[in-house]
Amino acid sequence: MSTAAVIADKFLPGLDRVPVWLNDPANWTGPNGLLERIGQHLGYSVSAVVVALLIALPLGLVIGHTGRGVFLVVGLANGLRAVPILGLLLLLVVWLSPHLHARLTVPGLIPPGGFAYIVPIEIALVLLAIPPILSNTYAGVQAVDPAVRDAGEGMGMRGSQVIWQVEFPCALPLVMSGLRSATLQVIATATVAAYVPFLGGLGRFILDGQDQLTNLRYGYPAMVSAGIVVAVLAVVVDLLLALVQRLVVSRGVAERYRRRRGVRAVPEPA
Amino acid sequence: MNLWSYLQQHSGDLAGWTWTTVWLAALPLLVGLAIALPLGWLASRLRWTYPPLVTATGILYTIPSLVLFIVLPGLLGTRILDTVNVAVALTAYTVALLVRIVADGLSSVSTTTLSAASAMGYTARQRLFGVQLPIAVPVIGAGLRVAAVSNVSLVSVASIIGVPQLGRMFIDGSNLSTLGPIVDGLIAFVVLALVFDGLILLGIRTLSPWAKQALA
Amino acid sequence: MIRFESVTKRFRGGGIAVDALDLEAPTGKITVLVGPSGCGKTTSLRMVNRMVEPTSGRIWLDDRDTAKVRPATLRRGIGYVIQQAGLFPHRTVVDNVATVPVLLGLPRRDARRQALDLLERVGLPRELGERYPAQLSGGQQQRVGVARALAADPPVMLMDEPFSAVDPVVRAQLQDEFLRLQGELGKTILFVTHDIDEAIKLGDQVAVLRTGGRLAQVATPAELLSHPADAFVAGFVGRDRGYRALGFAAAGELPLAHEPVVTVGDALAATPPRAVDGWALVVDAERRPLGWLAVGGLGEAQLSGPVVEDLLNLGGTLATESGTLREALDAALSSPSGRGVIVDEDGRFAGTVTASEVLTRIERRASVLRQEAIESAAAEVIALQP
Repeated sequence: MSTAAVIADKFLPGLDRVPVWLNDPANWTGPNGLLERIGQHLGYSVSAVVVALLIALPLGLVIGHTGRGVFLVVGLANGLRAVPILGLLLLLVVWLSPHLHARLTVPGLIPPGGFAYIVPIEIALVLLAIPPILSNTYAGVQAVDPAVRDAGEGMGMRGSQVIWQVEFPCALPLVMSGLRSATLQVIATATVAAYVPFLGGLGRFILDGQDQLTNLRYGYPAMVSAGIVVAVLAVVVDLLLALVQRLVVSRGVAERYRRRRGVRAVPEPA
Repeated sequence: MNLWSYLQQHSGDLAGWTWTTVWLAALPLLVGLAIALPLGWLASRLRWTYPPLVTATGILYTIPSLVLFIVLPGLLGTRILDTVNVAVALTAYTVALLVRIVADGLSSVSTTTLSAASAMGYTARQRLFGVQLPIAVPVIGAGLRVAAVSNVSLVSVASIIGVPQLGRMFIDGSNLSTLGPIVDGLIAFVVLALVFDGLILLGIRTLSPWAKQALA
Repeated sequence: MIRFESVTKRFRGGGIAVDALDLEAPTGKITVLVGPSGCGKTTSLRMVNRMVEPTSGRIWLDDRDTAKVRPATLRRGIGYVIQQAGLFPHRTVVDNVATVPVLLGLPRRDARRQALDLLERVGLPRELGERYPAQLSGGQQQRVGVARALAADPPVMLMDEPFSAVDPVVRAQLQDEFLRLQGELGKTILFVTHDIDEAIKLGDQVAVLRTGGRLAQVATPAELLSHPADAFVAGFVGRDRGYRALGFAAAGELPLAHEPVVTVGDALAATPPRAVDGWALVVDAERRPLGWLAVGGLGEAQLSGPVVEDLLNLGGTLATESGTLREALDAALSSPSGRGVIVDEDGRFAGTVTASEVLTRIERRASVLRQEAIESAAAEVIALQP
């Protein structure tokens, strides 16, 4: 621990500075303000979750429908859980970034030079989001009453019709809860993106604040405020997804799931 | 990629880092379990306490570990680099995760089994420790495994704010732009997670030999 | 018509589920497959719509070889009802019923309208259409299952233990309504059950299968009861089969005895002259029997006021003139007066019959059957001789 850090620790500004910091409009607007960082944070998170959904949902449906490749789901879910996300992320950065030379920029999201770093971040976040969606989708399809599947086939539905018209809607409550826990984890973990050069997101405040803890504008109050904003962002997005779940899940299966109280899958902290 | 050079250079630190990592992951697990058991029992006994407990845990999960690590000093009056912050944060996560599982596990014991126990003259207390808890061991154990693996992984995040432990290898690798230390770290964390997982699995098997099938 | 042509199903482990089955389910009739568990009855049924592929042999639907029709197309033309109903939990009742018509390309609106009509047909109120399956009772779910199978008006229906998962009272109701419905629709039905009583009640033709997937006997229910082909069938058909067989024997012209009747509301004091052996039969204004009045048990003091229904003994069952010997015998045996009440088609009192009179009938019929059996056995012995 550096001497500067020891000194800083003694004069750490109290949490009472946090509301003051959040009340200052200057901290919200303008370049590198909270609003811009929130936009970046959401950008990283939403794109990763969408990509993960596009990969994991069809895969989970097919694995659940055919019963083939179950070892993949179980192995992936257990294996990826044991891998620390920070290590994975930094591995990808050190390994991939020097080889990425594309000059793609997206204003507000990918700054010039940032492309080489956004790719490893996104890969890490996608890898993080796949297991909950994949295993929940698979579990949801598996839980469909065999009699219901049998009836679908017996009435002349083709494989794809059974998947999309029967298994998917029946598995939807579990798919949605997988999507929600994946989103929570990704939003929380996207904070780490700031550890990588050029990239922002709400983690920027947390990382940058460490070098100047006592600074009332960029130090500890900014770190805690950004942390609170991440948590609020996660709650708000989760509520939105809960609303979506209400709208897309048939009442017929939603009520059934509510009635069936057992041991549920647990989300993980990130 | 040289996996050994970094380890040789830091051979003096490795034992200390490993020890910090292990106790930062293990202690919150034990303390968390000790807190979650009575709380979960309460939630299974008094149904009205269940929804608020579940909601509280849900909210706790939305707070990223990194955020909790930096907010706790403000709340506890600890130093920002104090390992206590990490231990407390991980304990909170463990409790949050286990309370619901303990409650679900205890209430999942069939009422037939419970009435049978009562009919044979078990007191409420004997019933809890002699019937309900043993039957819930596989369920609680499964939750404990999730908590253990997730704790190990979360310890590494603490290295971002500078707590010295095995996660340092990721930071050093990143700063030096070399893969060696990062891969070393990944291997170390995965092995640690597997060891924790294996130990807990062993514990569950010993405590509930009848449930071997269910765990496979 | 469904025709099995030496159909065999061998499972991958080598076990034989169905062994060289030859069977014809005639058009417009109910053919019941019955047998103990593991006899291959469900496998046989599921081979018809190719939910299970036969190892060898052919299955024909009229003149179509099912192996040459694409499974999905084949199945859309065959109604399919299974034990747990298998309703889609995420769809409303009306959308469940509309499934096959929509698969066949009917606009959803038309399919739904038609589905509502079908609900009424299977005895469900239209209001149930907007409910979800989880909100229905087991019996209601099973009715929806039947309606769903009927939705595309398929000529052929496969029913796999459709009434097994509901309680006995509801099951009897569902069976009766199923028979009524079949009377209107005249589908070609293959019906699987493990319950021999259900098979005998519902089947126009019953096929008994034994473990290992071999056909033991195909016969009408009456024949099955009176002439089980071997010890296995006899054992499976079970006890009381002599008595149960009477359920398929028409009573014919019973010697109906005249009986003076009392109309409900008449003065009690006027009943004694109309009682025989202390019992008087009470009918309503339409001459429909209501019950027996124990006139002999009433003292002088009690013979005031009118005859009310509360005073009646309701123990006796009724038999119809065109009914079976079993009904007639039961009516006689259950009647408190010992005289069984027979009614005409409209439920009006026709006359009474005693148990001994019914037994005379039964004995006369049995002696005819015995004579026939001797003749056919003799013919068989002659045929077997070289």
